[in-house]
Amino acid sequence: MSDTTLTPRISIRGLSKRFGEKVILDGVDLDIMPGRSTTVIGMSGTGKSVLIKCILGILKPDAGEILVDGENWLELGEHDHLARMQRIGMLFQGAALFDSLPVWENVSFALLRQGIDKATAKKRAIEVLAWVGLHEIENLMPSELSGGMAKRVGLARTICHKPDIVFLDEPTTGLDPIMSDVINRLIVRLHKDSGITILSITHDMKSAAMISDQIALLCHGRVHRQIASDQLDYDQDPMLRQLVEGRAEGPINCSGWGKEMEEAIHR
Amino acid sequence: MINMLTATGKVVEGLCIRLGLYAHTFGRAVSRMGSRPWHLRMLLQQAEQVGVQSLPVVLLTALFTGMVLALQSYIVFHRFSAESLTGLVVSMSVVRELGPVLVGLMVAGRVGASFAAELGTMRVSEQIDALWTLSTDPVRYLIIPRLIAVTLMMPLLVIVADFVGIYGGYAISVHLLDQNPAVYIENTTQYMELSDFYSGLVKAGFFGMLIGIVGCTEGFNCQGGAEGVGIATTRAVVISCMSILIADYFLTAWMFG
Repeated sequence: MSDTTLTPRISIRGLSKRFGEKVILDGVDLDIMPGRSTTVIGMSGTGKSVLIKCILGILKPDAGEILVDGENWLELGEHDHLARMQRIGMLFQGAALFDSLPVWENVSFALLRQGIDKATAKKRAIEVLAWVGLHEIENLMPSELSGGMAKRVGLARTICHKPDIVFLDEPTTGLDPIMSDVINRLIVRLHKDSGITILSITHDMKSAAMISDQIALLCHGRVHRQIASDQLDYDQDPMLRQLVEGRAEGPINCSGWGKEMEEAIHR
Repeated sequence: MINMLTATGKVVEGLCIRLGLYAHTFGRAVSRMGSRPWHLRMLLQQAEQVGVQSLPVVLLTALFTGMVLALQSYIVFHRFSAESLTGLVVSMSVVRELGPVLVGLMVAGRVGASFAAELGTMRVSEQIDALWTLSTDPVRYLIIPRLIAVTLMMPLLVIVADFVGIYGGYAISVHLLDQNPAVYIENTTQYMELSDFYSGLVKAGFFGMLIGIVGCTEGFNCQGGAEGVGIATTRAVVISCMSILIADYFLTAWMFG
């Protein structure tokens, strides 16, 4: 079935958000199709994380619409919004594990909140930890984990309650190349095995190409371009090329750069 | 002149923002208290942290306050041969004023700071956002248990502090200053009314609520990284302590005025 015949799982229309005078999102339009893995790429500070936080209700946008399965989440009250979160999984950039809880309670947190008994929740946590390649760490505290382990525990927590939609905020940032590859492969496997809808944000181009079906470039507060991930190396859009090739020169203006910085780069 | 007005305006604006934040946190917490889920495990954990773990510092403060008070009162009363009033002054001072205020200041330093630091760290490391995405209301899970725990534990700590403070005064008067123990106890109990005791407990509960609101609000609304957590923690302690001293005057005026 082609994408044009499907109803988007998430449809974002005219989403705007500013902090004081600074405009972060300026009318973002984006459709996330069901069962697809979409990645939003862009420079640091372009509002990728703000976009996800607006969808999840962590931040309140100034204008726009966020339709999830046809329901406008911006019109939901806090109670209803929280109820919808049971269908959502979110991996945070720094994993955001709860310091005071052991690994297994972190992973099965959503299940325990749903009233599932401890033994069942722990069993499920151990299963999911094994799925991300972690064994016999369920009783450790988050402070005892390495960065890569914490990220995998975060991924385990994201999927433990079997969500319909998963959000991934910079899944490979801060990890070494080998651990980044491990995380990317886990995400690909998750997508293949469960067919869930994934929205990721990253500025790691290798990760974006590997884990996505669709890629959207966020620039100057708007979605500038949307392509299939296999077109990432071939698309000739100047902004996309600058980001993919990691060049300082190009149409994307790095905010805060003065003339001196420009000259220094050209020297 | 314009600079002075601008500076004053900024201070007033900052004060209004903080008061608004405290009222907002309190309103959000109270509006959720009547319905489930109640997170009783968190409440018990917090009660243990606030109550049991504060005991050593509270006991030490109360004991030495009672001892110093007895010593000072005796010296002054000795000048006009009214040493027998020492017990009354110690017990009345501890029960009505010093117990709730000093315990409040100690708990503000220990518990208010820990609330702000814990919640502030959770905020800057996105743990509070993570709670939301795991279908858990952060106000119910983090703020309400802390608020209830500190409001309930403060009067209990003050009861212990009252007894220990009075005992401190008794020990000094009887064992060091050679006062008659029977006279000391009689003078202590004869003029004291139950309302003196209750008024201290009402104050303690109110101070606990202030500590909880200020500590939780500062942590919950913390911005920035480690520096932000530091600012939130300092602010929580300073504002809690100031609020306790200011509220103490108005509560005393209201209850005994």
